[in-house]
Amino acid sequence: MLEIKNLHVKLEDEDKQILKGVDLTVESGKVHAIMGPNGSGKSTLSYVLSGKDGYEVTEGTAALEGEEILEMEAEERAAAGLFLAFQYPVEIPGVGNMTFLRTAVNAQRKARGEEEMTSAEFLKVIRAKAKDLKIDADMLKRPVNVGFSGGEKKRNEILQMAMLEPKMCILDETDSGLDVDAMKLVADGVNALRDAGRSFLVITHYQRLLDHIKPDVVHIMANGRIIKTGGPELALEVETQGYAHLLEEA
Amino acid sequence: MAVAQVKTDATEARIAALTLPAGGWSDAARQDALARVRQMGLPGSRDEYWKYTKPQSLVSAEPLPAALFDGEEEDMFGARDRLKIVFVDGVFDAEASDDLSLEGVSIARLADVADIHWAKDIYGVLETNGQDPVERPLAALNTAFASDGVLIHVTGKPSKPINLIYSHASETSDVMLHHVIKVDADAEVTILENGPAAARFNKVMEVDIADTGALHHVRTQGRDHERRAATHTFARLGKESTFKSFTLTANGVMTRNECVIELTGDDAVAHVAGACMGDGDFHHDDTVFITHDAVNCESRQVFKKVLRNGATGVFQGKILVKPDAQKTDGYQISQSLLLDDDSQFLAKPELEIYADDVACSHGSTSGAIDEDGLFYLRARGVPRGIAEDLLTIAFIAEAVQEIEDEDLQEEINGRVAGWLARRRG
Repeated sequence: MLEIKNLHVKLEDEDKQILKGVDLTVESGKVHAIMGPNGSGKSTLSYVLSGKDGYEVTEGTAALEGEEILEMEAEERAAAGLFLAFQYPVEIPGVGNMTFLRTAVNAQRKARGEEEMTSAEFLKVIRAKAKDLKIDADMLKRPVNVGFSGGEKKRNEILQMAMLEPKMCILDETDSGLDVDAMKLVADGVNALRDAGRSFLVITHYQRLLDHIKPDVVHIMANGRIIKTGGPELALEVETQGYAHLLEEA
Repeated sequence: MAVAQVKTDATEARIAALTLPAGGWSDAARQDALARVRQMGLPGSRDEYWKYTKPQSLVSAEPLPAALFDGEEEDMFGARDRLKIVFVDGVFDAEASDDLSLEGVSIARLADVADIHWAKDIYGVLETNGQDPVERPLAALNTAFASDGVLIHVTGKPSKPINLIYSHASETSDVMLHHVIKVDADAEVTILENGPAAARFNKVMEVDIADTGALHHVRTQGRDHERRAATHTFARLGKESTFKSFTLTANGVMTRNECVIELTGDDAVAHVAGACMGDGDFHHDDTVFITHDAVNCESRQVFKKVLRNGATGVFQGKILVKPDAQKTDGYQISQSLLLDDDSQFLAKPELEIYADDVACSHGSTSGAIDEDGLFYLRARGVPRGIAEDLLTIAFIAEAVQEIEDEDLQEEINGRVAGWLARRRG
C-alpha cells in the first residue's frame, strides 16, 4: 500500500535535516504504529506524505499503491486515497462543516472520474456516519472545527475519514488531548473502518491508543529514522521502559 | 476658512455643467443645498476626509466614459417576489417598473413635483444634519441637482421588498438620484438596490425611522468595470428602531459609499455592513459615521474587502458617543484579504466617546489567505482554487451574515462565488 524508501527531508527555509533516511512499508489491510520521542520526525513524516508546503525532500521516494506521491499536489494525494487525521485540526470560520465535507467528497470523486454525490445521498450517508461517532446535527452545521472541544475535533477528523473512505490513513497523534471515553469513541470509529483494502499508520506517543487500535506492526522512530520494528509487544516495552534503552541500542 | 480659489473654480465648473431641476416642493431645499455646496466647495485632493480616495473623477464637470458590462447584468433579486422600480441612466422606466401601489407603503417620485408634505421634512434635512462635524459636499450637490428618486412612506409591513434597479445604458451618463424613505412606528420594510446606474452615479438616500420602525437594506452595485459611484445614506433612528444595511460591491473602478447614522432614540439598533471584491483598477471606499445620542443603543460596522491585482480598499469608520449616550454598545471591524502583494488596504478606525458607561470595540486587519486552512482543505481533496474560493467566501461571511434574510445571504454568496470562479478561469 505505502512504500517509503530512504526518505530524507529538510525544512525548506532553514538548513535543518529532519528525516534522515526513513524506510517503511505498510501492507494492504495492516495497521502500523509509529512511536517515538518528541522531535523524532513523526509529524514531519505525516506532513511530507500528505503534501504540506515548507519541506524539501532531498532524497528518497514514497509510493502509494506503486504510484509516486511526493511530486503530487496535496489534493491529488487525497484523491489517490491518502488521508491525514490532523494532530491539530484547523478551525475554518465561515465554512460550514457540511459544505466542507460535501465539497471534499465531490472534489475527490470528480478527480477520480466518478459521479458526484447528490445533496440527498450525501445527507443520508453523513447522518448515519455522524450518528455512529455521536456527532450531532449542530456540529455538522457549525463552521469547521470552530468552537469544537478537543474530542469533537478528533471525532470530526474520523467522520471525514469515514466519508472520504481513503485507502491509506495516517493518524497523527489522534489520541492527544482526549480523555479515556473520547479515545474509545475515536478508536471505535477507526476500527469500524478497518478492512482488507485499507491501511493505517498510527502515530502516537503512548501505548494507550494502541490498546484500542491494535497494531500489526510497531516502529520506533528517533532522530529522523526508524530505529526498531517489531510486533505489538514493542509498544508495551516502550510503555514500561521508555525510549532511552532503545536509543542506546540504536 | 475661505475656500481656496482652485476649489471654487472646480466647484463652479461642476455646477455650470448642471441644471437645477424645477423641484416644486423641494425648490427651497435645493436652493439651500446649492448655497451650501458653494460655501463648502466640492471635495479636493487636499481634504483630510479624502486623504485615501482621489475625488477628481467624482467631482469633475464631465464624467469619464464607462464601457457597459460585456456580459448580461443579472437581475440580482429576480428570484423573489418584489416591487420593481427601474431607472435607466437615472430615468424612470415606467414600462419596466411595477405598479407602484402596495399595501403598507406609498411610493411617489421625486420628479413628480406634487406637494409631498412628509418628504419636505426630510429631503435635504438629514443630509444637512450629516454635514456636521464632517462636510459631505457631494451629498449637498445631490440634494440641489438630483433629477429623480423615490419617496417611500412606509406605514405598515408591505408583503414584499421594494427593489430599486439601476440600469446603465449610455457610456457617458452622469446621474444623480435622491431617495427619501420614511418608516412609521411599527412599520417595517426591505429595500433592495442593484445595478451600476450610470457611468457616474451620485446617489443620496435619506432614511427616517420612527420609534419601533425597521428598515432592511441590501444592495449590490453592479458589475460594470468602469463605473464610478459616490453614494450617501443618511439615517435617523428613533426609539427601539432598527436599521440594517448591507452592500456588495464587485467591480467598478471607483466607489465611495458613505453612511451617516444618528441614533436619536433609546434602544435603537443600527448595523452597516459591506463586502467588496476588487480586481485590478478598483478603488473602494467605505466611510461610516455613527453617532450615538441616546441610551442603550447598539451599532455594528462590519466591512470586508477582498483585493487583488493592485486593487485598493479604504475604510474610514467612526463611532461618536455623545455624553448622554450611556450603555452604548458599539462594534466596528474592518478587514481585508489581500490575494497578492500589489493590493492595498487603508483603514482609519475612530472612536470618540464622551459617555462613561459604554462598550465599544474596533479592529482592523489585513492579511493573506490562511495557509493552514488552505492545506487542511487541500489535504481533504479540495483543489487549491476551490479551497481559496471557499476561504474567501468564509472571510466575508461575517459581513454577509449581517443580512437577516438567509435567502438573501445565499444570493449574495452565490454572486461572490461566481465572481471568484470567473477569475479562476
